[in-house]
Amino acid sequence: MRRVVVTGLGLVTPLGADVETVWSNLIAGKSGIGPITRFDVSDQKAKIAGEVKPKDHEWGFDPDKRVDFKVQRQVDPFIVYAIDAAGQAIEDAGLEHMSDEMKERAGVSIGSGIGGLPGIESESLVLAEKGPGRVSPHFVHGRLINLTSGQVSIKYGLMGPNHSVVTACSTGAHSIGDAARMIKDDDADIMLAGGAESTINPIGIAGFAQAKALNMSMNDDPTRASRPYDKGRDGFVMGEGAGVMVLEEYEHAKARGAKIYAEVVGYGLSGDAYHVTAPHPEGKGAELAMKMALRKAHLGPGDIDYVNAHGTSTMADTIELAAVKRVLGDDLSGASMSSTKSAIGHLLGGAGAVEAIFCVLAIRDQVVPPTLNLDDPDEGTEGVDLVPHHAKKRKVKAALSNSFGFGGTNASVIFKKVD
Amino acid sequence: MSDTADRVQKIVVEHLGVEADKVTQEASFIDDLGADSLDIVELVMAFEEEFGVEIPDDAAEKIATVGDATKYIEEHKG
Repeated sequence: MRRVVVTGLGLVTPLGADVETVWSNLIAGKSGIGPITRFDVSDQKAKIAGEVKPKDHEWGFDPDKRVDFKVQRQVDPFIVYAIDAAGQAIEDAGLEHMSDEMKERAGVSIGSGIGGLPGIESESLVLAEKGPGRVSPHFVHGRLINLTSGQVSIKYGLMGPNHSVVTACSTGAHSIGDAARMIKDDDADIMLAGGAESTINPIGIAGFAQAKALNMSMNDDPTRASRPYDKGRDGFVMGEGAGVMVLEEYEHAKARGAKIYAEVVGYGLSGDAYHVTAPHPEGKGAELAMKMALRKAHLGPGDIDYVNAHGTSTMADTIELAAVKRVLGDDLSGASMSSTKSAIGHLLGGAGAVEAIFCVLAIRDQVVPPTLNLDDPDEGTEGVDLVPHHAKKRKVKAALSNSFGFGGTNASVIFKKVD
Repeated sequence: MSDTADRVQKIVVEHLGVEADKVTQEASFIDDLGADSLDIVELVMAFEEEFGVEIPDDAAEKIATVGDATKYIEEHKG
């Protein structure tokens, strides 16, 4: 059977624009959340977010590094983030100079939950104010979700499967799981897999605020607003960015002497069949996804050392925790579980990919990132290590990443150290 | 360079991200400046905005060089 390993990583997040910066900031317990700077929020209910920082910031993002000037002008930021993160992953994997034969067997699976909302908003205003004759000719292909995968394939000449998942906040996890299956199924030897999002714009913030999904009570204390499992949590903080990993068939990676971070050993998917935004109150769908992933991985509850929770800092956190307990045991069989959304916010379609990369790095460095702001743990959290406040050194051989999305879509991915 | 040529050059530089000295009046948008057909649609829109002229599709299709654009604008601006 073909095995799938991770050989390259790329990140653009509110905590930095390269893997080592993001990871060291995350482990140090820093927060990427702050007041929204990109537009006037005076009439918005939610005024904070995890923005990707500008170039001149200590850990800012420089789009000129990997994204052509013309492409930057034509596309929405989620595509810019995806191209850069994919470029980082390719460089990390040492795949900058692939032969034509390799490129025919290398594909892309980078999705997004929402896509080009900022551009849809601004061009709608152009349409209303100046008429159809002023709408940009790049409007459509600069906003489409699958142009993440399209742009990456064009830039790097990748002619394998070109796929793009759209499953709201499970997008990143599904993208990685689906891409791993494509390699297992012999559709490709290499897949760039991940997710990207950028909807920190007026209609994006207003829409989620109207759906009562966002934190609106801590606008004056942004770094403390995302507080998964804490009694004071009351909505997620929006983040943005992208995470992309290089997935590669194991023998292919070994043959070229690639650095191997971890193996993708399990992938589970399910639907809640319950409500458009609320999770099933018993977390049945989450449980099904985790159980499927464990079964595929041939692992038991005691084999998981770290769970990167979906944990959005909403009421749903304890529903997820109850489901995790049913799968792993009341004490999670000794596993640690944290929500890194406490530090970077919720990257929506990018979240699952970024968090999968955190699982891979936890396995690499034998350290688990913290859940920030967990001052007053909610009922049901007793006896569970939610890694409050500070990162923790510990054995991490296998890590599970959970992602759940609007519409009741669930995905779990398990990564394991390669011996 | 005329005022119109100056402003045309500036728009082309901004939209295509090319060096200003490459944007000569003889330069072809597609062959010399790396534009595609959609870039030309966008440039024509920018010229219309900047100069308050209307460049109909059949006229836009004949604009191949920077000089063609400058000439059309000079002849049609109010």
